Amino acid sequence: MATATAPATDTHHDAHDPHATNTGISNNKLAMWLFLSTECLLFGALISTYLIYKTRGNGEVLPTDLFDIPFTSVSSFVLLMSSLTMVLALSAFGRNDLDRGKAWLLVTAMLGAVFMGGQAYEFTAFYEEGLGYTTNPAASAFYTLTGFHGAHVSIGIIMLMSLWVAANQGKLTGKNSETVEIVGLYWHFVDLVWIFIFTVIYLIPPE
Amino acid sequence: MAIIEEPLALTSGEQHAERPLGVLTRPQANGSWKDWVSTVDHKKIGIMYGVAAMFFFLLGGLEALLIRTQLAFPESGFLSADVYNQIFTMHGVTMIFLFVMPSAAAFANYLIPLQIGARDVAFPRLNALSFWVWLSGAIFLNTSWIVGGGGADCGWFCYSPNSGITFSPTNGVDFYVIGLLITGIASLVSAVNLAVTCLNMRAPGMSLFRMPVLTWMLLVTQFLLAFALPVITVALLLLLFDRQFDSQFFDPEAGADPLLWQHLFWIFGHPEVYIIILPSFGIISEVIPAFSRKPIFGYSFMVFSGIAIGFMGWGVWAHHMFVSGIGPISVFAFSMATMFIAVPTGVKILNWLATMWGGKLNFSTAMLFAVGTVTMFTIGGLSGVTHSLAPADTQQTDTYYIVAHFHYVIFGGGVLGLFAGVYFWWPKVFGHLLDERRGKIHFWTMLIGFNLTFGPMHVLGLQGMSRRINTYSSGFGFEFWNLVATIGSYILGASVLFFLWNVYKSKKEAPNLPAPGPDPWDARSLEWSIPSPTPEHNFDEIPVVESQDDWWFRKYNIEDDGSVVRISSAEDAAQKGDAVGVHLPSPSFWPLVLAIGLPLIGYGVIFNLWLCVVGGLLTGGAIYAWVLEPVDDPDADGHGHDDHHDGDDPDGELATVGAAGDHTEGEG
Repeated sequence: MATATAPATDTHHDAHDPHATNTGISNNKLAMWLFLSTECLLFGALISTYLIYKTRGNGEVLPTDLFDIPFTSVSSFVLLMSSLTMVLALSAFGRNDLDRGKAWLLVTAMLGAVFMGGQAYEFTAFYEEGLGYTTNPAASAFYTLTGFHGAHVSIGIIMLMSLWVAANQGKLTGKNSETVEIVGLYWHFVDLVWIFIFTVIYLIPPE
Repeated sequence: MAIIEEPLALTSGEQHAERPLGVLTRPQANGSWKDWVSTVDHKKIGIMYGVAAMFFFLLGGLEALLIRTQLAFPESGFLSADVYNQIFTMHGVTMIFLFVMPSAAAFANYLIPLQIGARDVAFPRLNALSFWVWLSGAIFLNTSWIVGGGGADCGWFCYSPNSGITFSPTNGVDFYVIGLLITGIASLVSAVNLAVTCLNMRAPGMSLFRMPVLTWMLLVTQFLLAFALPVITVALLLLLFDRQFDSQFFDPEAGADPLLWQHLFWIFGHPEVYIIILPSFGIISEVIPAFSRKPIFGYSFMVFSGIAIGFMGWGVWAHHMFVSGIGPISVFAFSMATMFIAVPTGVKILNWLATMWGGKLNFSTAMLFAVGTVTMFTIGGLSGVTHSLAPADTQQTDTYYIVAHFHYVIFGGGVLGLFAGVYFWWPKVFGHLLDERRGKIHFWTMLIGFNLTFGPMHVLGLQGMSRRINTYSSGFGFEFWNLVATIGSYILGASVLFFLWNVYKSKKEAPNLPAPGPDPWDARSLEWSIPSPTPEHNFDEIPVVESQDDWWFRKYNIEDDGSVVRISSAEDAAQKGDAVGVHLPSPSFWPLVLAIGLPLIGYGVIFNLWLCVVGGLLTGGAIYAWVLEPVDDPDADGHGHDDHHDGDDPDGELATVGAAGDHTEGEG
């Protein structure tokens, strides 16, 4: 059990992969996975709050009275397709096909923006039908939950556009496609949460 | 993009000009105060956490003394009911969020990289961000005394509807909410960072089940933080929206259910108990083996019971709510779960005893505090089991019996353990020992003061004295034990001041005493294999780990007949700390800038939304500046004789911090 340290020269020059980690997953990616796992609890708490409160009020209009399933289905489809374009963007960066990669990043961000436009339209329409943020607990819970999701999509759009700008400036190339992958993880997660919200909040009818 | 004109001189192997103490003394001869505000060094960040936590310990302690002074005699008019409410609320919030949690963060920051053989944490700049954001949140929370019309007055768990505008019209609760949201961001970032560090940055051979128990317990703590904080974040945001934007989450008249707050709060709040206690368990799991001259008994049992506590801690939250009318099935289920969680805790207590059994015990100050932790926590754990019996708990709810219980757990189990760690690792951090004789006086006054303060509260509670009431009438038999508790609290306060005096005196005496050397306690884990105080670059060479307690096996050999033979002195086996050209991440001001933006947003939400714009721009700008700033300052020439290729990190540990800003964007 004598000195069991590797000789100094070796640690310097035995340049194993500088990204080698104990788990084989890079620090950045592992951190994003852990962050997303904490987000599950955040949305879990918000979804639970809505489910408890979905019929709570003193006879005012409820969110469930106003849902427009065909409209929300279309905007959900748009958001789902953005996950596909995200995958295409990552794949293009993986092949170092920067032009296609940039294009798909832009398409992804635009699909996200279309979804956000749909949410803005939905909120406006609900508000005009008498469902304000302070109308009743059901309304507060609905707007808070979907608003939080919208904020996450918006941050995702900002990150995608930041990537697009970085790619245009030559700072993002196939070499660091993992950055695209990590933003993609976030984007897919936000989509996944929406699938859950759409199913549990919109599709399951009130009793 | 590099804004640092003079990079922190990271030239390793320089002689340390003096022994550093506290924030303002610098370990590097050519350092300046900028070293501290821009540092990304996990050791400096750990020290800053410790110093700031100590400050809030004194503040929370002062609040405690005000409470006890008010309660010393019946019908006292020392504090008004309103001020009393604010004081006990801020006492609890300060002690939990601004003292115990950052103290654990201090140990986690300083020790995790050293115990797993790493040069820093996975994301050094995020680490600095955690500290500054925590500090900005802590200061923000306490500014409510000045600009918020007083502190929060709803108790640390701030039950609705007491927390609503109607019953708490000052801005105190807003400061509580936003302050805890900001410190929550800090803890979440830190949890992700430290968990990745434990999982990804271990030295060769340091498998998960060779990690010291402290690192294991801290890892479990990070996971608890990562999953508990989002829930309190949601609860706090709902309360904030109720107060600021008139949403209807907690207003019973509008059809809302105040019980929602209790559930959300305690789903966070019970894991929080283990967030507080597990680091202390980890600390004494290092201290007791070192002073018993034995390895920890049942290492894997210790680790697995820590993990089991981490899991089961999620299934017991409603035992805080037995009287809230949650129904017999829930009460039964949570009673059972609460009894079961005592099992892994009991395993740990028995393992500490078995570690000491037959050992050559050396009752140093650190050991005294560790043994004190075990005994005091056992008392608190036993009174905790009485709460699992719902009928008994119904009697005890909201009485001083509860106050006695959680102080035995949090102070007896948590804080005494932290002090064990302070005495144990002080030489590693500051390069000199804390005086043992004064340390023992500190221990005994603290132990006596603690028991005098909180022991009588068991009696008071069972006699029916309510907690959170600013006074009591004479003639109920409460007078005597209240006076005893108040006297005890003053002894406790004196013991803390005595500790600070010991710190000061030991520092003054240090130059005349022999240096402690790398391994003053003949201990077992890797942080003792490097010089004291820890060199800037931690390890000259990343150690290759061959067994549990690897450092001990470099000093001792176990012969075939089972006898232990010393094969090397600690000085010979230890690294010399004289490596040059070790590549370290460059400092950055952006974490601090980002952290200054957040409280501005907080003030903006309360007072004037334009401030939110300023804070938001500062925060958003800092995020982008951060992302664009190279991890390693290209203009820096302070890396000594850098003989490796540019951008080629020798150990592959610090190369991947580049896109770290992405994660904060999700939170920003």
